[in-house]
Amino acid sequence: MQKDYKAMWKELDMNLEAHDGLLGVLTDFYRNIYLSQKNRPDGMKYFDFVISEVHGLRIEEIIEAKKQGRKVIGTFCVYVPEELILAVDGVCIGLCAGAEVGFDEAEKYVPRNTCALIKAFMGFKLAGLCPYVQTTDLIVGETTCDGKKKAYELFDEITNGKMYVMEIPNKKGSDGKTLWTKEVKRFAEKLENLSGRKITLENLKHATKIVNEKRKALQRLSMLRAAEPSPISGLDALLINQVSFYDDPVRFTLKVNELCDELEKRIKQGYGVTEKGIPRILISGSPMAIPNWKLHAITESRGAIIVGEESCVGERNFSTLVDEDFTTIEDALNKISQRYMFINCACFTPNNERLTDIENLAKKLRADGIIHYAIQFCTPYMIEAFKVKKHSEKIGLPFLKIETDYSMEDMGQIKTRVEAFLELIDKGTRD
Amino acid sequence: MKTGGIDIGSRYIKYVIVEDNYPVAFYREETSVKPLEVCKNLLKLYKPDKLLATGYGRHLLEIHEGIDTITEIKAVARGAREMYPYCRTVIDIGGQDTKVISLNEKGAVTGFEMNDKCAAGTGKFLEIMAKSLGFNVEDFGFRCRTQNSSITINSMCTVFAESEVISLVAKGVEKEDIAFAIHKSIINRVISLMKRIEIKDDVIFAGGCALNPCLKNLLEERLQRPVYIYEKPDMLTAFGAAIYANQRSSI
Repeated sequence: MQKDYKAMWKELDMNLEAHDGLLGVLTDFYRNIYLSQKNRPDGMKYFDFVISEVHGLRIEEIIEAKKQGRKVIGTFCVYVPEELILAVDGVCIGLCAGAEVGFDEAEKYVPRNTCALIKAFMGFKLAGLCPYVQTTDLIVGETTCDGKKKAYELFDEITNGKMYVMEIPNKKGSDGKTLWTKEVKRFAEKLENLSGRKITLENLKHATKIVNEKRKALQRLSMLRAAEPSPISGLDALLINQVSFYDDPVRFTLKVNELCDELEKRIKQGYGVTEKGIPRILISGSPMAIPNWKLHAITESRGAIIVGEESCVGERNFSTLVDEDFTTIEDALNKISQRYMFINCACFTPNNERLTDIENLAKKLRADGIIHYAIQFCTPYMIEAFKVKKHSEKIGLPFLKIETDYSMEDMGQIKTRVEAFLELIDKGTRD
Repeated sequence: MKTGGIDIGSRYIKYVIVEDNYPVAFYREETSVKPLEVCKNLLKLYKPDKLLATGYGRHLLEIHEGIDTITEIKAVARGAREMYPYCRTVIDIGGQDTKVISLNEKGAVTGFEMNDKCAAGTGKFLEIMAKSLGFNVEDFGFRCRTQNSSITINSMCTVFAESEVISLVAKGVEKEDIAFAIHKSIINRVISLMKRIEIKDDVIFAGGCALNPCLKNLLEERLQRPVYIYEKPDMLTAFGAAIYANQRSSI
């Protein structure tokens, strides 16, 4: 039985009644989507536990860390250098943005035609439903799209000046790189001032190691999904990627590696989470913040398996490491900044490297088809879908484009599209 | 051997029985608020050797009756191909979905496009507009005056389009002119979907809306090619499922 965290939530000035409702819905949702899956690896028990304590034990840990003088930094994007946060002994947390929560509150500030992710992070805060945002000392935004950029101005008011925005360049050339390196250094200074701790070569080495190890564990998990049959469902792998944004990084790495040990055994035995021969799908596009499991749940319930996510909650978060071979702080900050410029987000123009990433990933994971996922009104990904489609055709992979939000209204239509897509993939079992 | 296909659409449930790839019986009932009951009653009318369910409500039969399913996209493509061996493109305007489908030379689906999550350009849109003008949806397509085509309905949204219709009525525009504008707006939507797929060989127009002559004429005009319509276009999906049931082993 779960501990009673009501006093803690009250202390964090949350809306207890609405929060109870949210947890109730999430618990049912998790049971139906996750716990009903067959052949799950034992190693998923840890992640089930993390989810069951997502607003409980982890918040308690964070409050404890704050008591020890550590600062809590909330983020929304994989461009925010976690190394720097850890170097000042901060706690890095990806904030809640994956559910249709508090939209009516959010729509008081932003237009209705704003992407669900933006409405969600505002809604979670405005409705008093996200304990993480309540514990933050600083919230780091980034200029990845017009919607977020402008919403952060409003969010700064809502959070009484907690926002700090990093400028992401629009182009990947040398000017862009220079700008970004400056931004990384400016952020390092900001963190030093906030925490009262100096960034040293030693703590940078230590922090970089921690984050790289986390990335390596996620890379290992990604590789294992290339097996046929896959030893783990796409839903479970997505969950692990979502949890990577707010769990303690060292413990998380350990648990992912333990799970990977188990998955390796499964692969040796030829044991998969599903039977062999079902369509293997690569998802590509907008991020899926927790608890956005909609497309994975639909696709896997229709007899396919998702083998990878070319997404910020997925490959873009871990596919490149920071070069740990640095000898000065300056060198370290440059190398950290370089690493982040390898993230091929649709906010860049041009962004053809993303197409190469998709192609390589599809090959590595032996995907039979690509589903492009865009959150409605996420213009950069919605438009890039065209290029991804052309590229999929070029490499001979069936392609489906889905545009949706967090609501459940279009579940039936998406099911039909996905099912028809799977029929079209046809692995020789039909017709 | 006799096989059946049941197509649970948002407006009607269609049931077709096929013997030696030839349709021998057609049934149709309104979906109502109790589609499972309607299905069960339809299935009592005829017991085929094999059965497949399709359409928006297909999973209802899968869950409650253990009946295999295929999507309406595959089913309508199969049905169209059976009737028209050179079919490479299918347009299906149903109650809540509009689909355009492209087939390869062997008849397999290679791509499809559907309307977004709203009623724009669907049969439901046509029905609501007919109602707001006081026409029956069945003869809506015969009530268009095509000579005066200067009136347009600009809104893609059913709700806004309806208020556009009301304001046109208030301005004293003839109902028959507005009717034509509504049909044009649906075809605009369908054409924009078709631009995203490849149009080849025979184009088949399926779904209940294919019975509407104005939609057919407008489609042919815009596509600059003939559009073929099966005599019971609303049955083509159920027919395709019945044909397909023949290839499946289990019932």
